[in-house]
Formats: sequence, C-alpha cells, structure tokens
Amino acid sequence: MKTEEILSKYKNTGRDNLIPVLQEIQENEGWLSEKIISDVGKCLNIPAGKVYGVATFYNQFRFQPKGKYHIQICRGTACHVLGSSSVLQELEKSLKIKADETSRDGLFSIEVVACIGACGLAPVICINGEFHAKVTVDSLKKIISDLKTQNLN
Amino acid sequence: MIIDINNKKVEANKGETVLEVLNRNGIKVPTLCHIKNMFPTGACRMCLVENTKTNKLITSCSSPVEEGMDILTHSPRVTEARKTIVELLLSNHPDDCLYCVRNGNCELQNLSEELCVHERRINGKKNKLPIDRSSSSIMRDPEKCILCGRCVRVCEEVMGVACIDFTKRGSNSTVSTVFDKGLNVSSCVNCGQCIMVCPTGALTEKNHFSEIEEALKNPNKKVVVQYAPAISVSIAEELGMEAGKDINGIMNAALRKIGFDFVFDTTFAADLTIMEESAELIDRISTNKALPFITSCCPAWIKYAEEFATDFLPNISTCKSPQQMMGAVVKSYFAEKENINPDDIYSVSIMPCTAKKFEGQRKEMTNKGNSDVDAVLTTREFVKFIKLFGINMHTLKSEIADSPLGSRTSAGKIFGASGGVAEAALRTAYFKITGKELVEFQIDAVRGLEGRKETQIKIGDLNIGVAVVNGLANAKLLLDEISAGRKDIHFIEIMACPGGCVGGGGQPINMDENAIITRMKSLYQIDDNENIKVSHKNPDVITIYDKFLKEPLSEKSHELLHTHYQARKVVL
Ligand code: SF4
Ligand code: SF4
Ligand code: FES
Ligand code: FES
Repeated sequence: MKTEEILSKYKNTGRDNLIPVLQEIQENEGWLSEKIISDVGKCLNIPAGKVYGVATFYNQFRFQPKGKYHIQICRGTACHVLGSSSVLQELEKSLKIKADETSRDGLFSIEVVACIGACGLAPVICINGEFHAKVTVDSLKKIISDLKTQNLN
Repeated sequence: MIIDINNKKVEANKGETVLEVLNRNGIKVPTLCHIKNMFPTGACRMCLVENTKTNKLITSCSSPVEEGMDILTHSPRVTEARKTIVELLLSNHPDDCLYCVRNGNCELQNLSEELCVHERRINGKKNKLPIDRSSSSIMRDPEKCILCGRCVRVCEEVMGVACIDFTKRGSNSTVSTVFDKGLNVSSCVNCGQCIMVCPTGALTEKNHFSEIEEALKNPNKKVVVQYAPAISVSIAEELGMEAGKDINGIMNAALRKIGFDFVFDTTFAADLTIMEESAELIDRISTNKALPFITSCCPAWIKYAEEFATDFLPNISTCKSPQQMMGAVVKSYFAEKENINPDDIYSVSIMPCTAKKFEGQRKEMTNKGNSDVDAVLTTREFVKFIKLFGINMHTLKSEIADSPLGSRTSAGKIFGASGGVAEAALRTAYFKITGKELVEFQIDAVRGLEGRKETQIKIGDLNIGVAVVNGLANAKLLLDEISAGRKDIHFIEIMACPGGCVGGGGQPINMDENAIITRMKSLYQIDDNENIKVSHKNPDVITIYDKFLKEPLSEKSHELLHTHYQARKVVL
C-alpha cells in the first residue's frame, strides 16, 4: 500500500492509531521523513512535535533512509556476553556514524536490534539479510572493506 | 471525610488530591512536575508522602484522598526518598550554578538546599547537548533540563502551540522540537510562558545586555528607552518594595540614572494605538467588512495567527503594537523635532514579554532599513539592569517621562491587563460614534483573569459583540466557533499570556497567580484615580495628529504605524 493510501485509510482516526500508522509507513518507505512525520500529524490531528516525540521513543523507527548496505547488529544477551559492544563501537568508529544513522554517502546504515535468534553464532551481524557469525573487531574491518571494494566494482 | 495528616484529624472533600488538602492546611510539600489547576502527571515523584495505612509512599499531587488515610509528610522515610530524587536529578546536572541566569532563583537549588544535599553521592553520565540559541526570544539549554515537563504542558495546554515535547527515551530523553531543529524554525510563538514555569535555567530569554551597554557608552548615540504599561506595577516586588505598587516616577528616575538620554512611556503609544485601532474598528463595523475585527498588540498572537489561524489574517487590525508604534515615531517625529539623525538613535524597550524581542527584529518593523526598536529588555532583565548599575530605588525621587511622547492616559495604562485594550478601544469608539463620552467608563465584563470574557456593548444604534481571550488555546476555541458560523462577535481582543501582559513571559518568575492579580488591581486602581481616562484626550496624542500624522489611518499613519501579516510555513 502506498503512503498516501495508508494516510487516507487512517484520516482523522485519532491518536490511538499513531503507532500503527508509523509502522505501516516505515514498512513501506523504510524510514520516516520529516514530511511524513508532519503529514501523519495532520492526518491524525496531532502536533508534529508529538508525533516526533513518540516516534523517537521507539528504537524501531528510523529517521534516515537505509544505506545501500544496511547493517543490523545484535545487542541481545548472548551477543553481548561474547563482545557485541566492542563490535558496535568499531562499527560506529569506522563508518563515522552512530547507531540508527546512515553515512553521508548513503552507503552504510546501522541498526541495533535485540536478539535475532541466532545466539549460537554470537556475536552476529546481518547485512542486507545476510548473516555474519562470530564477528570480531578484526573480521568486521575485513567485512567493511570488502563491501567498499564490492561497491566500487 | 476526615483523614489523618501528621497525626492530626483534617477535613477533606471527596475528589480532592492529597496535595490540595495539605496546601489548604498550610503544609508545604515540594513539587516539581505539578502545575496548579492542571491535570497531575505524577512524573517527578518529588511530592511523595507516606500513607501509613497502606505503608506506601504515594505522590500527593496525583493521589485523591481516601477514607481512613493516615499521611505523614515529613517522616524520615519520606525525606530520605525526596533527597534521593534530588540527588538523582543532580547526578547529571551541570555544576555551573554560579554562572547560571537562575542562580538564586532556581527550584532545584532550593530543593537541594532544603533537603540538605551537601555532597555528590550519585555520579551520573552528563548529557552533552548543544544550547539552542536560534530563536530571537528564547534560549534552551537542554543540559540543565530536569525533564519535569512543565514547559511541554504549558506550550500545549495553555498556548495550543505544542512545539516542544519529550523525545527519545531513558537516559537519552530530552525536551526538543520536531526533528530537533532550532526553535526559530519551529511553530514557537515566543510567548515565554515555558520560561515562566521552568524550575531551572534550561529555558531563558535571549539577552541583549551587551549591545545596550555598548550603546550607552557610545557618545555618538542617543539612547532612548520606552517601557510598557505593565512594567511600573511589576518590578516593585523584585526590588524590596510592596508587590504590585506603581513606581512609575521612581522608574523614570532610575532609567535616567542608568544613562538613557530620553525616557518615554509606551503607554503614550498605547493611546496612539487606540486612535488608529478604534478608527479601524468603526470602519469595519460600518462597512461590515472582515469581521470580527481582532486586535494586533500581542506579537505572540500575531505569529500564532500567521501559522495556525491564517484564515483570520484579514480580520486582524493592521496596527503595529504600541512598542513598534513608539519606536517608529521616536525615529521620525521625535528625531525630526529634536533634529537628531534617526541613524544615531538607539531605541530600547522594556517589556513584560519575550515575544517583543522577536517582534523588534521582524523585517516589517523597519523604516528605510532602520529598525523601529533596536533592543528589548524583559522585566526580569530590567531588574537585573537596575541592580547592575547599583541603583537604590528607595532613595530616588519621582520624575516624569520626557515629552513629547511621555504623557499618557489610564486607558493606555490598562493595556497591561487582559481586556484593557478592548475597554480602551470601546471608550474611544463610543466617543467617536456618539460624540459623547461614556458616563461609566469601567467595563467590568471584560476585566479579570478568566480565559474568555464576552459581552454586548450598545453604542448608539450599534450592538457590538465583544470577546476577550487570553491564553492562545482559548483563542483557538473561540476562533473555531467563529469558523463554525458564530456571528454575534464583532470585536475580539487576543493576548497570548494568562491575564494579559501582567502575566507576560518576561515578568519576574513567580508561579503564584496572586502576583498577576495584584498587578491587575494596581492598573485598575490607576484608572480609578486618573483624570484622563480616554486615549483621544491625551494631549501629546492630540499634538502628534495636529503636527505630524494628520488623522487616524492617514497616509503617514499607514506608513509608520501600520503593518501587514503573512502566512508562515512551519511544521505544525
Ligand atoms: S515560547 Fe511559548 S510557544 Fe515557544 S516553546 Fe515556549 S511556551 Fe511554546
Ligand atoms: S526545560 Fe525546564 S520546564 Fe521544560 S522539562 Fe526541562 S526543566 Fe522542566
Ligand atoms: S543475542 Fe544476538 S542473536 Fe541472540
Ligand atoms: S509534583 Fe507530584 S509527581 Fe511531580
């Protein structure tokens, strides 16, 4: 369903529907743009600031489009115990972006997720749906540089 | 019902909160997130008391009284819990109290002092967040924010603006604008009511001290100052005098001591506004054009209309606010008369308002590239200025304002209270329509603190429906009724701040409604005692029309005293 259709489906239905609308739109667009936040506000008669406040409360919403390579990093318990926090640190450092952001060139984006159900392979990252198991700081560096080369070719 | 408070039997009514019962019985319990007369949120836990009946700590602001309650307000358990809350609030708070605008007037400081917090037991990670200096009126320092939410509620519930809200979550929570942009590009109307309720220095006005001091030091500048009608009844309490006392004369003397070359009373310009506005009102009513006619003195209302009520822009009076009218005649009529180059005039105004700072720099408020008003001080800043210059108000003798823009009537003076503009305009309109003065000048139906006041006034054959609202959320309700087809209202006065300018966002910080009531009373007292109660009899106003403007709505008036409005594109 297109974003306009989602909005017209929910027109004037009130604030109870705020989260479902945001979810459906993000499902469709991959992220929530400023225009969408303000359109959702108009659609449900809620000030845009309130929509933004609610949306930023939840980790599930993104405010930048996903990068060409969307990296989901698991911060669940098993991954944490096996060092996912240093993997995340390295990821943020080498891509010069923070979790839930997208790099300026649009190549990479990071999303922190809770357990993705592959604890046996911890720590896990998932790039555009493809899992990488037992990631270390060093293996991560290689993964990133491979992606950069792949992008050039 | 009877409940026990600190081992004493106390009368309580069903539906009351525990806090209300405590306050009525003179027991003070600290609160933070709570705002009187608003629905409690119970967010900060500061107001905890112990109910020994259930052995629980409860938030007194949000708990209704219950039969058999046995409340302890200052048991060791309660005090310890409150102290921990303050310690937690301080754990990530900046330690720069000495440099803070609210030093000495901060609820967080007071609480930590009252609860004997003398060491840092909890060390939290400090948030690193930039100060938002983008707005011409309001500064936001999110690091000093303790997330009480009072600003968020006032902005939404009193102002109907809702440009700030909680964003993010947990230790990353902040109060921010939509997309975390500057307030200057948000729908903020600069009313400053958020500053009035902020317990800390997280919200303050944009300060122009150094520019003004520069101008005062510059021998080539003639520094002119004007002060709004509400100022003379709003500063006494801050300077160790009786609250609400009218100290106009002493204030004139103080301003000269500070070094201002010319001291004018904006009330003169309020009278001028009435001349122009009543002429417009009569014109609109007699031609039945763009009704209801709406006042334009409040710059927060004007920005609100440009964003939220664009359908009503044609209804709004084209009169500039008194501040801007005064600025415009100072740099034209007065400059000409005194033979001063307008470029050499530095024009300062003292206002109970933060939105006037924004208004002062609107591009519509210039004449040949020269701003009508160069810098605006709030009442709070003015008090600081008096202290900075070491002026002892108790030893000063009353002086009068300078002429030819110094005389005023009490019709202009009551501009400071909600309903005053409407009352003053109707007094003059009555005279212009009937050729006679009102027998009874006082229009009680438009006076007082209520959010909306309505009445019908008979002038000659005309029946004029008048509505007065304060608090922009109340304005919205009224305008919605009019959009829906209400036809009995012809004239509306809108002021953004509760109670009008006496409750303005630039006034001394004081959450007590009585401060506003006292100032209001003082203004009406002046009106009772004054001889000239109508703007059209102000001698300086008569002269400026004779010598310079010719008549209300003349070409010259239009050039200097009137303006226009434009819809603004901001995210709402
Ligand atoms: S100045 Fe008024 S409109 Fe702006 S944020 Fe504060 S309360 Fe809201
Ligand atoms: S800015 Fe002030 S009023 Fe607003 S939430 Fe923070 S501390 Fe409270
Ligand atoms: S904790 Fe990471 S996959 Fe389960
Ligand atoms: S004042 Fe009662 S919970 Fe904040």
